[in-house]
Amino acid sequence: MTLDASSLKVVRPDRVAHKRHERSRAASTALHATLAIASLIAVFPVFWVLVTSFKPDARAVETTPKLFNESSLDNYTRILSGDKGSFLTWFGNSVLIALMTTVVAVFLSATTGYAASRFRFPGKRTLMMSFLVVQMFPFAVLIVPLYNILLTLGLQGEQFGLVLVYCTTAVPFCTYMLKGYFDTVPTDIDEAGRVDGLSPFGVFWRLILPLAKPGLAVTAFYAFITAWGEVAFASAFLSAADESKTLAVGLQVFVQQNRTEWGHLAAASILVAIPAIAVFYLVQRFLVAGLASGAVKG
Amino acid sequence: MVLPVVVVIAVLVLYPLAQGVFFTFTNINEANIANPVLDRAATYIGVGFRNYAHVLSGDTSYGAFWSTLVRTLIWTFSCVFFHYVIGLGLALLLNREVRGRSVYRVLLILPWAVPAFISAFTWKYMFNAQYGIINQALRAVGVDNPPVWLGQNDWALVAVIIVNVWLGVPFMMVALLGGLQSIPGDLYEAAEVDGATPWQRFRHITLPGLRSVSSTVVLLGIIWTFNMFAIIYLITGPNPNTRILVTYAFERFFSGASRDYAIASTYGVLILSVLLVFAGVYRRALRKQGEVW
Repeated sequence: MTLDASSLKVVRPDRVAHKRHERSRAASTALHATLAIASLIAVFPVFWVLVTSFKPDARAVETTPKLFNESSLDNYTRILSGDKGSFLTWFGNSVLIALMTTVVAVFLSATTGYAASRFRFPGKRTLMMSFLVVQMFPFAVLIVPLYNILLTLGLQGEQFGLVLVYCTTAVPFCTYMLKGYFDTVPTDIDEAGRVDGLSPFGVFWRLILPLAKPGLAVTAFYAFITAWGEVAFASAFLSAADESKTLAVGLQVFVQQNRTEWGHLAAASILVAIPAIAVFYLVQRFLVAGLASGAVKG
Repeated sequence: MVLPVVVVIAVLVLYPLAQGVFFTFTNINEANIANPVLDRAATYIGVGFRNYAHVLSGDTSYGAFWSTLVRTLIWTFSCVFFHYVIGLGLALLLNREVRGRSVYRVLLILPWAVPAFISAFTWKYMFNAQYGIINQALRAVGVDNPPVWLGQNDWALVAVIIVNVWLGVPFMMVALLGGLQSIPGDLYEAAEVDGATPWQRFRHITLPGLRSVSSTVVLLGIIWTFNMFAIIYLITGPNPNTRILVTYAFERFFSGASRDYAIASTYGVLILSVLLVFAGVYRRALRKQGEVW
């Protein structure tokens, strides 16, 4: 057996790969078992609500768990027909508020993030720090002034007022993330655009935004989810009238009034979760890249 | 284009913050706040440091500040600890060549996709002492007297921590997975050729490679958990055994006949101070380790 440099080169990676393969086969079962158990824990609550949502209320509180127990679509029909609170109105309000928040927050944070990424201006470092500090603001410190401001502006109880409030939490975080993302886009692109006669805003709008799609997807998702699932401000700021409530507020009332109607609540929950999960599924492939660049380089 | 930056910060953050701090020195409440709808001018008056004195005395009628702070710290650190450890473990597993990796990833991210208030209702149902699936499962495996999870005892705190861990792991996992993928693969190959054990590779390549992501997400995690309101409020309501600083502030703002905005703001400012002090210490500790952050 002769040993020469070239055979070593070929053999070595091969042997390493072989060794790794062997080990992974031994550990493979454990690996898959761990991931499967973790996935089960992650999915089970959602699955259980889905199962419950088909059961009549009386069956949902039985002490022996069953997958099917007089299951039917009755809960869904009753929720959607408005028998149990104005579900569709709440749903519409939530969609409207979440979409408006997403549009406003992504627009503001994209322009702000781009400016923070490309231009030098006094206090820039402080500004970026302040975006992180804003995350520390408990809503308790902002809730009274915001209530006061909304009262003064006549927006108290209005949906647009709530959109503004959500922007206070969404915009700083989105800006922080997008600034990190814009930093990864080479400045040569900006310069090339300027040479070709684009205005600064043109560069941003036509060149940078299309390149930053993954980052934008993540921020849009974040803004949407923030608004879709927010409880505290919505409970405090929306008027008590049924037609102005969001889902988060409406379902709370539902829980308080119908303590044992778990079947109906489960059906409503599934209907609320579907849009969020759909949006999530659309952006999840961007999530890893988008979050990483935002968090690492921020 | 710098203009939006300044406007956003000033209007949405600085002005409300300044006003919030100002309110802590007044006796503002629902009865004396200016209300244009009712055409009523503000009639609250300055009270100096009285709100702070009341709260910091730890008086139970002002939320027993110190014991609530301790509970908040227990809640925050146990949640973030489990978020990070479980998130890192899953990220490491998902970073390998596993068959069905993308399926696992989608399933594992699911808790993040479900709105928090829906998760709260779900877990409240599952934690029910009689018909909740968790206690049914515990009885099935031979625990005769499973705990009354959401009652007036410390099990309630355990329950909300479990829910929040379930809720927060996906964010950590995704962020750390991104961090893992940014570590060059050559480093591992070189280490393997040099005969480094898996533990050594983890200790000397993975952890240092993740330090930048970790320091950011752990800080964010601590801040978010410290201020996490929806889960506790929706699962256990005003249960004093799960009361943390933010939920108490909301109680003062929203419930009760008085609607004491001044005390709510005082709590807000105190929470913010605790977090600022913590972030300062955290940053200094990172800097000592040579991290530029």
